Amino acid sequence: MTTAKTIHLTLKVVRQTGPDQKSNLETYAARNVSTDMSFLEMLDVVNEDLTLAGQDPIAFDHDCREGICGMCGAVVNGRPHGPQEGTTLCQLHMRHFEDGDEVVIEPWRSRAFKVIKDLVVDRGAFDQIIQAGGYISINTGGAPDANSLPVPKEMADQAMDAAACIGCGACVAACPNASAMLFTGAKISQLALLPQGRPEAKRRAAAMVAAMDKLGFGNCTNERECEAVCPKNISIVHIARMNREFLKAGFF
Amino acid sequence: MGLESRIPAGPLAEKWDRHLFELKLVNPANKRKFDIIVVGTGLAGAAASASMAELGYNVKTFCIQDSPRRAHSIAAQGGINAAKNYSNDGDSIWRLFYDTIKGGDYRAREANVYRLAQVSNLIIDHCVAQGVPFARDYGGLLSNRSFGGAQVSRTFYARGQTGQQLLLGAYSSLSRQAAAGKVRLYARRDMLDLVVVDGQARGIVVRNLVNGDIETYAADAVVLATGGYGNVFYLSTNAMACNVTACFQAYKKGAFFANPCFTQIHPTCIPVHGDYQSKLTLMSESLRNDGRVWVPQTPGDKRAPGQIPEAGRDYFLENKYPSFGNLVPRDVASRNAKEQCDQGKGVGETGLAVYLDFADAIQRDGREVISQKYGNLFEMYAKITGQDPYETPMMIYPAVHYTMGGLWVDYNLMSTIPGLFVTGEANFSDHGANRLGASALMQGLADGYFIIPYTIGGYLTGGGYKKITTDHPEFKAAAGAVASRIQRLLAVKGKRTADDFHRSLGKIMWEYCGMARNNAGLLNAREKIAALRSEFWDNLLVPSTGAQFNQSLEKAGRVADFLEFGELMIIDALARQESCGGHFNEAFQTEENEARRDDENFTHVAAWEFAGEGQAPVFHKEPLVFENVKLSQRSYK
Repeated sequence: MTTAKTIHLTLKVVRQTGPDQKSNLETYAARNVSTDMSFLEMLDVVNEDLTLAGQDPIAFDHDCREGICGMCGAVVNGRPHGPQEGTTLCQLHMRHFEDGDEVVIEPWRSRAFKVIKDLVVDRGAFDQIIQAGGYISINTGGAPDANSLPVPKEMADQAMDAAACIGCGACVAACPNASAMLFTGAKISQLALLPQGRPEAKRRAAAMVAAMDKLGFGNCTNERECEAVCPKNISIVHIARMNREFLKAGFF
Repeated sequence: MGLESRIPAGPLAEKWDRHLFELKLVNPANKRKFDIIVVGTGLAGAAASASMAELGYNVKTFCIQDSPRRAHSIAAQGGINAAKNYSNDGDSIWRLFYDTIKGGDYRAREANVYRLAQVSNLIIDHCVAQGVPFARDYGGLLSNRSFGGAQVSRTFYARGQTGQQLLLGAYSSLSRQAAAGKVRLYARRDMLDLVVVDGQARGIVVRNLVNGDIETYAADAVVLATGGYGNVFYLSTNAMACNVTACFQAYKKGAFFANPCFTQIHPTCIPVHGDYQSKLTLMSESLRNDGRVWVPQTPGDKRAPGQIPEAGRDYFLENKYPSFGNLVPRDVASRNAKEQCDQGKGVGETGLAVYLDFADAIQRDGREVISQKYGNLFEMYAKITGQDPYETPMMIYPAVHYTMGGLWVDYNLMSTIPGLFVTGEANFSDHGANRLGASALMQGLADGYFIIPYTIGGYLTGGGYKKITTDHPEFKAAAGAVASRIQRLLAVKGKRTADDFHRSLGKIMWEYCGMARNNAGLLNAREKIAALRSEFWDNLLVPSTGAQFNQSLEKAGRVADFLEFGELMIIDALARQESCGGHFNEAFQTEENEARRDDENFTHVAAWEFAGEGQAPVFHKEPLVFENVKLSQRSYK
């Protein structure tokens, strides 16, 4: 470990008791924060203090705390998942903040993601996009030997780049159009790159794009905000591939 | 109640095939008449839900998280084993079986482990067909790497994110069945009780985490795939929501709990660094393929690692175990790290860490190659610690990672409650006293894709029960009991949070029931836990109410169960007067400080039956019979 320092912060947190309630910006002092703490551990400490003081702790989603489950996420000082590139909120450490900083914390905002409480939002729309076609239609049993179908390493690597998406929703939160194209494109792209996914590529692209539109996500206007905040550095190349797959589904 | 393991007769290699033939089938047209509840959407739960729905059953699937894609299987890094022998290095089903039995220190069932090795190959085929982007060689075929406890390369991987990719594969199949209407998904639901009617598992009680409603669901069978209980230690590599509640409530309804003291302490985790710490982060064991573990020769040597010359370093695993070296099984690697630190040779600010050094590998293979293999792990380490492992050795220390114990199940994965099946880490069945690396993913998917879809049919055709709905009085009673337990938690209105109690419990468990145990310590821990539990019910503080989204309340319920379950672990550890695998009782060790088993008295599964609140649990013994392997002192020298 690097030697830890202790810093003091002022938090401004958007609080909202329920989906149909108004939100308020509340101010809290986060004192004696070790720079070795993760951002969520800092919130744990603030919550412990709030609880002991008889107040309602700040609700936030989190689970694995190692940057892979995709459960956590909030907008920190205007940027989804906070200031560090390629990092989920749980992996953001307090050594990236300075003593005396003011930190504004807000939930993901999008028509398709309703606020449940405070920083917790409903991302069920992502599940619905996957259900529209984000799979290869095979049943358990009967698959051929795994090595019977060689896949060029380069393709497998590119598919893996796309498959690394953790479904956190930061791309939607960052996009001025609240578009889910990076999320949707990553899945369409992964399966389109692999020979196993080709038989259904057309149907998949058409169905997933239609689901995305229906759920209230906006369109892509090449702002590239999604790519900039994606904690897994998913490239907008996958949006381009999605568009090609979508066009092919319509015309060829 | 006796323990009937229902292991089929016949030669080991033929048992599963014979059993598959003997299991009664459900007519395809009749499958749609059966409802099955699956709790949990990790590998074992998602795979079971998808496969059973594909067969035609109506499946209701529940998870705590906001989406089934987030279960903690997702965090598994290193890989999944299979006996494909693609590496042409002499692997076989028999060798995978043998390594797993031996790695588990001869405390698992031969028949279960052999079946696991048999279906391992099917898993890889299926996952590739699903579009899981496993690592490949330039020829386009699948790539393998080696893992601890094995001398062959049989581990398939997708960068350092194998669990994620396998889980997303299972989730995609689950999503397909949800779209087809064969699976109904219930996210943000916390299972708080099992409903048993006329001795059979018939449903569950859950709390809707969004609005606090207590909901009940009925079915013809219930599958628990709710993972392990490592969070009883507070600090572990488990996700924050991992808990024992579903299994523990099933235990209270009559399911036996097997070998609860068998917990795995993983050797390569990022060391603890503060009281506020909420969890520990694993660094995949695959790192031990190229990283060399060492400490300074001289206790108290506080020089920076780069300042310590070769002669001043003790590569203790390579020195002590020349044939397996850094790739000894996890329990052995962990205990040796602890031993070095106990001797004052630990490094870092706390002295509770050893080095994992990649300098030689980088010099040999180049930074590029090492980065391709472990890039994301190195990045994660750098993010958490602020240090660059390409430049300076990683510091690692063991941490609680996996629990081999779990609900007792027979060969069909059914618990002692008819109709209650348990899959994946939640059951006890395949890993004995120590799990080998890359075997958890294998077991979760084996149970979910290739075992339970068949065995549950055998149960359902047995019949002997009538259709019921949630109007049945047992559902009302169970829901009422859950509601009053929640009221009890809210009513204490004391001065300590659930997290605070959890932290105290974790310290007791780690100190007395962790890497090394002794009878005096265990007895002491039992008293401390009882005292803490009593304070919990006098001094717990849960803010707000139950009729809304309330994470503090969720946590309090889980800690309440851990406070009872911790005692069960202690009781089990005290009853097992030997050392084996992850259970190391200091009174039972060889001259070289290895675990010394007592095969004469302890070649059995310890299964505990709940005997009522405040009563000591009742011990049941399932003897383990070894017909195919010879029990020996494990040697990795």
